[in-house]
Amino acid sequence: MIPASKQIWKKYIFALVWFMVLLWPLLGILEDGTIDFGKALTVWMWVAAATFCLLVLYFGYRTRALKRVSAPLSDVGLKLKSASDAIPRPALIMLVFIAAFCFPFFTGRYAQDVAINVLVYICLGLGLNIVIGLAGMLDLGYIAFYGVGAYSYALLSIHYQLSFWLALPVAAFFAAISGCIIGYPTLRMRGDYLAIVTLGFGEIVRIILNNWMSLTNGPNGILGINAPGIYLPQLSGGLSFEHIYLKKLHYLYFVVLFLCIFTIIAVHRLNFSRIGRAWEAIREDETVAELMGVNIFRLKLLAYAMGAVFGGLAGAFFAARMRFVSPESFTFIESAMVLSMVVLGGMGSIPGIILGAMALIVLPEVFREVELYRMLAFGAAMTLMMLFRPKGLIPAKRFGSRSEEREG
Amino acid sequence: MSDRPILELKSVSSSYGKIDALKGISLTVFPGEIVTIIGANGAGKSTTLMTICGIVPLKSGEIFYNGLPIHGKEPDTLAPMGLCQVPEGRRIFPRLKVEDNLEMGAFFRKDQASVAKDMEHVFDLFPVLKDRRKQLGGTLSGGEQQMLAIARSLMSKPKLLLLDEPSLGLAPLIVQKIFNIIKEVNQVDKTTILLVEQNANIALQSASRGYVLETGNIIMEDNAGELLKNPEIRKAYLGE
Amino acid sequence: MEFFIQQFINGITLGGIYALIALGYTMVYGIIQLINFAHGEFFAAGGYMGVILLSFLASRGFITTHPWLCLGGSLLLAMLYCAMLAMAVEKVAYKPLRHASRLAVLLSALGMSIFLQNGLMLTQGVFDKPYPSIYSQGGFEFGNIVVSYLQIIILGVTIVLLILLNILVYKTRIGKAMRATAQDKIMTSLLGISSNRIISITFALGAGMAAAAGIMVGLYYGSVRYDMGFVPGIKAFAAAVLGGIGNVTGAMIGGLIIGMVEIFGAGYISGQYKDVFAFIILIGVLYFMPTGIMGENVDDTRV
Repeated sequence: MIPASKQIWKKYIFALVWFMVLLWPLLGILEDGTIDFGKALTVWMWVAAATFCLLVLYFGYRTRALKRVSAPLSDVGLKLKSASDAIPRPALIMLVFIAAFCFPFFTGRYAQDVAINVLVYICLGLGLNIVIGLAGMLDLGYIAFYGVGAYSYALLSIHYQLSFWLALPVAAFFAAISGCIIGYPTLRMRGDYLAIVTLGFGEIVRIILNNWMSLTNGPNGILGINAPGIYLPQLSGGLSFEHIYLKKLHYLYFVVLFLCIFTIIAVHRLNFSRIGRAWEAIREDETVAELMGVNIFRLKLLAYAMGAVFGGLAGAFFAARMRFVSPESFTFIESAMVLSMVVLGGMGSIPGIILGAMALIVLPEVFREVELYRMLAFGAAMTLMMLFRPKGLIPAKRFGSRSEEREG
Repeated sequence: MSDRPILELKSVSSSYGKIDALKGISLTVFPGEIVTIIGANGAGKSTTLMTICGIVPLKSGEIFYNGLPIHGKEPDTLAPMGLCQVPEGRRIFPRLKVEDNLEMGAFFRKDQASVAKDMEHVFDLFPVLKDRRKQLGGTLSGGEQQMLAIARSLMSKPKLLLLDEPSLGLAPLIVQKIFNIIKEVNQVDKTTILLVEQNANIALQSASRGYVLETGNIIMEDNAGELLKNPEIRKAYLGE
Repeated sequence: MEFFIQQFINGITLGGIYALIALGYTMVYGIIQLINFAHGEFFAAGGYMGVILLSFLASRGFITTHPWLCLGGSLLLAMLYCAMLAMAVEKVAYKPLRHASRLAVLLSALGMSIFLQNGLMLTQGVFDKPYPSIYSQGGFEFGNIVVSYLQIIILGVTIVLLILLNILVYKTRIGKAMRATAQDKIMTSLLGISSNRIISITFALGAGMAAAAGIMVGLYYGSVRYDMGFVPGIKAFAAAVLGGIGNVTGAMIGGLIIGMVEIFGAGYISGQYKDVFAFIILIGVLYFMPTGIMGENVDDTRV
C-alpha cells in the first residue's frame, strides 16, 4: 500500500499545482494593471483543504482504518433497508400519498411553492424517462415540449378563453405533434449525434418562440393567462354553480399533485405494458429488436410523442400557475436539469426520479445563501456522479445496457 | 538456443467478457525459435496473444519476457522492449499511406535516423509494398495488407514477434510467400517468432515446436515434426 | 453586388473561426468518440484569457507602443492556457470513464461544460468584458465594401493556424500517430504508441485552436461573455459533422461552409433566425449523409 499511496500523493500535489496555474490568471491578473495573489490563494486554499480531507478519508477507507466508524454505519443502513423491505409496497405508497395529500395543510407558502416545483419536475422527469430510460434515446432538448405545452395553453387561454381542463388535452396533442416532428429525423442516428441534434432542436424551438413576435410576442412573453377554474356547487336557493379560479397556492398544489399522480400511474403502466417491453427491447439491442418484429420506426416515434405529452401537460400547468410565459423559461439549462434528475436519480426507476427531482429542487433552496455557486456545484455534481455512481441514486432494477454502449 | 526462455507463461488464466478463455496455460519460447500454437476456432489462440500483450486482462498466472514479469504492464510498454504483435485481421491503418503505416511501427524508437534504412530493408523483403508506398493502406489487397502489417511490426526491430493467424483469408500462394518471409526474418534477423495459426499444416511445417490449444487448455506440446506425424493431430487439424 | 462581396468577406472570416473551433470537436471525437461538450468553454476561456492579458498590458501602456506584439504574445499565452485547461479536463472527467458507457461520459462532459461556464462567470463576472478598442480601428474601403485591418489580421491568423495544423496532422510523425490512434487505438498501443499521451496532445491542440478563435471573436465583436461558448459550440460541431467527423481537413471546410451559410442566410433570408441555419445543416447532414463531405476518420474496428 505504501508505494502506491506515494504515487497518489505525487499525482495529487501535481494536480493541485496545475489547478493553481489554471486558476490564478482568472483571479490574479487585474484590469488596472496590478497582479494579485490573494484571491486566487484563498480559493485555492479552500479547494486544497477540501480535497485533502477527502483524500485522507479515502485512504482511511482503503486501509480499513475507518472500519470502526464505517462498519456500524453500514449496519444501520442495512437494518433500515430490511425494515423498509419488510413493509409491504402498497402500504408504503399509501403512506407517501397521505403525506403528500396532507402536506399543504401543515406548511406555509414558501414550502408549498417549492413542493409545486418539485411535482412539476417529477412530471417532466418521468416524461423524459420514457425517452431515455425506457427507449434508450438521449434527448437533450426535452424542455422544448414543456415550452410547446405552456405556449399552447397560453395562446388558447388568451385568444379563445379556453378553460385549463379543456386545454390540457389540446396542449398534450400539440406536444405530441412536436415530439413526432423532432423524433422523425433522428430515428436512425447514433447515440451521440442524437444528443446534439435534440439539443439543437431545443434551441430552435426557443429561438422560434423568441422571434415569432406575431404569435408568441417574442421575448416579452404572454401575460394574463387564466388559472385553472372549477365550478363549485352553491346550495343557497336552488342548485347553481359558481365558477372560481384556482389562484391560491394550495389549490394549485392539488392540481399539480393530481397531474403528477396521473403521470406516475401512466408511466408505471407503460413500463409494464407490451409497448414498454418493446421499448426496452429497442434500448437493449435495436438490431435484434427489429429482427424480432418490433416496428422500430413507430415505437421510437411513440416514445418521443408520449414523453412529449407529459412534458406538455406539465407545461400547460406551468403557464396556468405563473399566468405568464416567456422563452426565458425554456433554455437548455432546464433540459440539462431534467436530464440530470433522471440520470442522477436513477434512470428508469420511478422512485429514483422522484428522489432526483426532490434533491435538485430542494437542495438549492436549503443552500440559499450560497446561491451563486449553485450551478457550479451542479456541474461538478454531474461529473462526480458519473465518475463514482453512474447508475444513479436508486438504480432501476431492470436496467440493462445498450449494446452500443458496452465496450469491447 | 540459449537456456533462458524469451517468453514464459505460467498457469495463465484470462477471461474475455464473461467467458473463461484461458484456463491456466503454460508455455515457453526460447530465443531464435519459431513456436506455433494451433487449435480450432474459439480455442483461445488470439486471446493468448492479447493476454501476453496486456490487452486482455490477466485473471491469474504470470508472464515473463526475458525473465522480466510483464503481466499487468501497459500494452504500449512492450514494443519498446522488443515484443511486438501482428494481431488478427491485419489491422493496418486504412487512411494512412503505406510508408506512414511503416513509420508508425517505428514511432517509439529513439534512433529515428536509422528508420529510413530499416524501411528500405523492409521494402526489400516486400517489394510489392515498395511499389505501393504512397497508396493508402485501405486500398491494398488482403495479402498486401498482411505483408504491410508484418512489415510494420518489423519496423519496431522486435526480438519477439507474435503473429496471429497470418494466413487467414489469403490464397495459398500468398500464404506460402508470407511464411517464407517469416522464416527468413527468423533466420536472418534472429527474430523469435510465436505463431498462432488455424492452418496447422503450414504452421507446423514452418515451426520447430508446437502447442495444441483446445478450449482454453494446452492439450499437447511437442516438436513440430512429431505433431505433423501424430495421428490424432492429423485427424483433428490436418484434415485426414 | 457590393453587398454580396461584403457578405462574402464576412462569411469567410466567420467561417474561419468556426473552422478553428470545429477542429477540436472533430479531433477529439475521432480519437475517443466523445462529443466534448466542454469544448465551447475552451473557446470562451481563450477569449477571456485574451481580454485579461490585453487589458493588463493596456493599463501598463504596452498596447499603445507595441499593439501587435502584445496581441501575438497574448494569443500564444491564451492558447497555452487553454491547452493546459483541456488536458486537465481530460485527465479528470474523461480518462476515468474511457471504458464506461457513452451516456456516462457524455454527461460528465455536460457537467464539465456547466462547471467551466460558471467558473468563468464567478471569476470574471456576468457582464460582457470589452476588448481594447485600439485593434478594431482602421481599414480599407472599396466603395461600400469595408474591410477592417482587424478582419485581415483575423483571416491571416486563421489561415496560418489552419495551415500549420494541417501540416502537423498530415505531415509530421506526431500527426500521423494522432490519425493512427483515431483509426485503431488498440493497434497503436501494440506498436508502442501511448494512447494516453496522444489523447492529451489531441485535446491540447484542439483547445489551442479554440482559444485562438475565442480571442479573434472577442476582438471582432468587441467583447466576451461567460456563455459565449454555447451556441458557437453547437455550430462548430455541425461543421465538424458536415466535413466528416474525425477528418481535420473536413472540419476546416465544414467551418467555412457553415460560416458562409450563416452570413448569407442572415443577409438574404432572415437575420433573426441566423442561428437556425447551422442546426438545419446538422440535421440534414446526419439524415442524408452521416459520414460527411470528406469522409470520417474514426475507429472502424469498433462496431
